Amino acid sequence: MANVPDELQYSEEHEWVSGELAADAVVTIGITEHAAEALGDIVYVELPEVGAAVSAGDVCGELESTKAVSELYCPVTGDVVAVNDELSDAPEAIGEDAYGEGWIFKVRLAEVPEGLLDSEAYAAITE
Amino acid sequence: MTTETLRSPLHDEHVALGATLVDFAGWEMPVRYTGDIAEHTAVRTAAGLFDLSHMGEISVRGADAEAFLDDALVGRMSAVKLWGAKYTMICAADGGVIDDLIVYRRDWDHFVIVANASNKDVVFAELTERVEGFDAEVEDISDQVALIAVQGPRAEAIVSRMTARGADDIEAMKYYSAANVMLAGGIHVFAARTGYTGEDGFELFVGADEAAAVWQLALAQGAADGLIPCGLSCRDTLRLEAGMPLYGNELSRARTPFDAGLGRVVVFGTEKNPRGDFVGRTALEAVRETWKAAEDTAAASSLSTLVGLVGDGRRAARAGYAVLDDAGEAVGEVTSGAPSPTLGKPIAMAYVPLALAAPGTEVGIDVRGRRETMTVTALPFYKRGA
Repeated sequence: MANVPDELQYSEEHEWVSGELAADAVVTIGITEHAAEALGDIVYVELPEVGAAVSAGDVCGELESTKAVSELYCPVTGDVVAVNDELSDAPEAIGEDAYGEGWIFKVRLAEVPEGLLDSEAYAAITE
Repeated sequence: MTTETLRSPLHDEHVALGATLVDFAGWEMPVRYTGDIAEHTAVRTAAGLFDLSHMGEISVRGADAEAFLDDALVGRMSAVKLWGAKYTMICAADGGVIDDLIVYRRDWDHFVIVANASNKDVVFAELTERVEGFDAEVEDISDQVALIAVQGPRAEAIVSRMTARGADDIEAMKYYSAANVMLAGGIHVFAARTGYTGEDGFELFVGADEAAAVWQLALAQGAADGLIPCGLSCRDTLRLEAGMPLYGNELSRARTPFDAGLGRVVVFGTEKNPRGDFVGRTALEAVRETWKAAEDTAAASSLSTLVGLVGDGRRAARAGYAVLDDAGEAVGEVTSGAPSPTLGKPIAMAYVPLALAAPGTEVGIDVRGRRETMTVTALPFYKRGA
């Protein structure tokens, strides 16, 4: 079974969000182990652009594996303040360490996000 | 039609190995065990072990078996030698492809046909209808048979060690031939030197009750050669690199073998070696003439043909994406596509108008709203060394 850490928040589109959920706070976003396992070996990540304004539910990037391609949804609203450039050369980090080295981007929140799931609720939808 | 998910006789083996299982044509099958790229690479450089028990097996026996198959299929099965194998197709009367098949001759009056899992019921129904008037019996033996493939440059060495008598029989087997082989432990298999990976390899037909023993034997004998269990995900990238068509992607009822560049599988016969009627003959003769005529007037032709595409970018074309001409008009469709693990760049197969089918031609692909450029290239993308 894929790991679902208790301390993170989750979207129904299989992103995780780490950090304080308050306006002006910066959160880190990636995809869950469950999503990474479903995709298989990720060979290419199209990252969002630093400085871009993003809204919850927007498509802000894509993840390509040998088997499939998956859109990356932004689970929160705000501005992209950082992206994990290491993934350009080492996209496999997402599969190897989805909640650590495989983080994808950071957003400064414009508002408190709504509709995120706690680990228990997220684990329930992946069963 | 049943909606119950089918399980391979090797299901427990897959669970024990920690495979990721997915629904595939109504079967719960392993999509991967460790990782798609590691499995793909193992088959290219060492060996991989596949469970193909979802494939359909249909037995044809009887005095008229070869005459029946000559009538029912587009290839000439009467020309297949004892213990030979032949890639062929079953077509509808209008020339559309019902399925692509491998036919094995097990005896002078006994053939085994391997059909795609998703088409097995349709193929069985067609053959059952077409056999009327022939002294032959068509039987669906899929439930009794497990199919285990050992594929890769080390396959010969591994399968040799799996046999009870040693290497001789296996080494002597030519590509696209088969033999009855007794494995260690006295397990009888029908071993064919065939595959769907672009590598040398063997496909072992074994009774469902002995499948687990053969699977474990292959893992035990293959480990030293780098054999690992491989899922259906890498099977798809392996066959794509090898330029092999997949039914439902490159092949369909709406396409003839000629459209797919596989007109050679349709045998019309020659003056010296004539062939009688077969289902689809009249339609396919007309299709052949159309294609002959188009060779001279490719630029003006409205025909589309299957081509290989290679991209320089990183975003891969996927099945269903539109092929664009210079004006941005959709003129064709991608049938399969993936980042090639061996080539390190995106590859695809697509139907394009003949005017765009020459190797070196650049075409656009609509990759989720953005145009990516790919170049037409000769198939296959990958060919194993001699």
